[in-house]
Amino acid sequence: MFAELLQYMLSGLTIGAIYALAGLGFSIIYNASHVINFAQGEFIMVGGMASATLTASGVPLPLAILIGCGGAMLVGVLVAKFAVERARNASTVTLIIITIGASIFLRGVAELIWGKDFKRLDAFSGETPIQILGASMQPQSLWVVGTAGVLIVAIGLFFNKTLTGKAILATSHNRLAAQLVGIDVKRVVLASFALSAALGAIGGAVVAPITFSYTEMGIMLGLKGFTAAVLGGLGHGPGAVAGGLIVGVAEALGAGYISSAYKDAVAFVIILAVLLFMPNGLFGKRGTERV
Amino acid sequence: MEGSQREGDADGNIRTSIVVAAAKNLLSKLFRLKHYVMQIVPPRRDRAAARSGDKAGSPREDIMRKRLFATIAFTALTAMTAVSGLLSGAAQAADPIKVGAIVSATGPASFLGDPEKKVLELYADRINKAGGVDGRQVQLTVYDDGGAADKAASFTKRLIESDGVDVIVGGTTTAATMAAVPLVERAGVPFISLAGAVVIVEPVKKWVFKTPHTDRMAAEKVMEDMKKRGLTKLALLSEDSGFGKSGREQTVAVAKERGIELVADETYGAKDTDVTAQLTKIKNNAAAQAVLVFGLGQGPAVVTKNYRQLGISLPIYQSHGVASKEFIRLAGGAAEGVRLPAAGLVVAAQLPDSDPQKKVVTEFTKVYEDSFNTEVSTFAGHAYDGLMIALDAVKRAGGTDKAKLRDAIEQTKGYVGTGGTVTMSAKDHMGLTLDAFHMVEVKQGDWALVK
Repeated sequence: MFAELLQYMLSGLTIGAIYALAGLGFSIIYNASHVINFAQGEFIMVGGMASATLTASGVPLPLAILIGCGGAMLVGVLVAKFAVERARNASTVTLIIITIGASIFLRGVAELIWGKDFKRLDAFSGETPIQILGASMQPQSLWVVGTAGVLIVAIGLFFNKTLTGKAILATSHNRLAAQLVGIDVKRVVLASFALSAALGAIGGAVVAPITFSYTEMGIMLGLKGFTAAVLGGLGHGPGAVAGGLIVGVAEALGAGYISSAYKDAVAFVIILAVLLFMPNGLFGKRGTERV
Repeated sequence: MEGSQREGDADGNIRTSIVVAAAKNLLSKLFRLKHYVMQIVPPRRDRAAARSGDKAGSPREDIMRKRLFATIAFTALTAMTAVSGLLSGAAQAADPIKVGAIVSATGPASFLGDPEKKVLELYADRINKAGGVDGRQVQLTVYDDGGAADKAASFTKRLIESDGVDVIVGGTTTAATMAAVPLVERAGVPFISLAGAVVIVEPVKKWVFKTPHTDRMAAEKVMEDMKKRGLTKLALLSEDSGFGKSGREQTVAVAKERGIELVADETYGAKDTDVTAQLTKIKNNAAAQAVLVFGLGQGPAVVTKNYRQLGISLPIYQSHGVASKEFIRLAGGAAEGVRLPAAGLVVAAQLPDSDPQKKVVTEFTKVYEDSFNTEVSTFAGHAYDGLMIALDAVKRAGGTDKAKLRDAIEQTKGYVGTGGTVTMSAKDHMGLTLDAFHMVEVKQGDWALVK
């Protein structure tokens, strides 16, 4: 009984860690530009696909991840520069639609480059399952959770300790004021897209051995990441992380104890409930209507 | 007799080449004429400029232009009549066999439809180069329904009404096939489907046939193997896709018939990345003696990996849906020991020489892999079988009269294809028996026949 629960928790935390990274990506971009970037899932896809295909052609894994990460950052900057920035004065809904368009475009391009089939990436440190109190987990799960943890701490430090990070934070609090004190807001937006893309790509690379990578892997991961970000309060970093873990665990428990058929529904029931009863999420600030 | 036929072919070839040469000649003349006109009559913009300076010049120019165009049009018309006359002469010599095809070459089912399309085109071409069927060329018209059933229906309509095809091969998915069925039934056009579900041929529809094995056969084959091993309690894990759902229904039905008890009935999402929750339930189910996974694509590979991760020791079966090397590649070491029913095509190299399929599948594999540089797929084989059964029936029917062709397809007997030996009857429009499936086990990263 306990082993069963533990098994569900472990599965949930693993996938939840990826949702957390995706959610964090949503929050960073939302903060900097008030855009909800639905191409976040595609950043994950680029990371996963690049690392899987590059290692398959003989590139060492760390370098492959790095290249994938760089590629995703470039894609992120291009999306920001040529899709989002050009429609700067458009309404939020328009911007969201633009990012959805960008995500469809990216999937198409990826399909042209990598084809439609699934790519396999070997687990980083073997596939011998680790037994914990009757439950078992793949060693890759540790990589996923560990990498997510390190990245989350690094992002926290980046925002609070470095000048660039503080500039992004300042922009998120008050764009006009930030501009007035000499922060190049345009570059902040570009930096935030690059940062989110990097987070997504690394997430994609570490999760690829578990999920396999294919050009459509980003759709569901992106949506779940969005759920995580909304659950934690859009624009709230730690909230997104907590949201991701909650969604992941809720899904696993739902599949285990209720029915596996409703696994994906769990995430979306959560988001509906949050939007109805706590529109600002678990940790979000109370929104103020500006007139 | 053979010699005279070949002569006839050569005659036809010469006539065709004359037609082509005439057409080329005409085209080049037309181009030259156009060039000539452009020189005499400057383009509109220049003329406008000229007119502003010299108004008197324009009407004459216009007349000249009209005359020239009239001449060109006349020449073109006469030439076209002549060419079409020549063409119809050639056509009468070898009226082509019109084969229509609807496949899902793009969209979600493209991993099925793309190889199908390639194979149809490849073999139509090969057959034509070898002289066609009874001296008649095969004229293939392929439409891509993109995986949408409504498009499949409208393309079927187009094939029947405007292309006037003699036989239709295709319907990559069950949904596309079922959308086309009422149309072909009404129009009375023989239709050979490439989709899997039993509903296509059960109940029997007059004009509808199919080449692939059914999910029902897969379930039967698995349970046959279970019985041999003395296992009677099965845990089922099926995908919530069309393939998985249909597979689940058939498994439930077959289990009842064969006295196998279903002790667990779990599902997973086609895009799930983790199935440990469902597998944990099965693991804790003391009654289960074997597990059957019914799914397509990456899902079964995820299941297999999770299965090993949880250290479940029960025998695991997969469906014929994953009978490709892709599955072994994705699941890696976890795939070792997985059993599944597979068509002869998948295990071409392992088949004993005495197997009637050996020659067909080895040859098909070679042709396919040489032409496309990718691993042969069973779906490609289904398309090959569909085309071959249709053309074989044309031979036996002595022409393309639709009713006779239909009867000839129904009388297909002992055709050895990539899917197995096909013997159809008025009651069986698929014609495969359980022998068409071979139970295979993954051993050292490759298939091994289970003896």
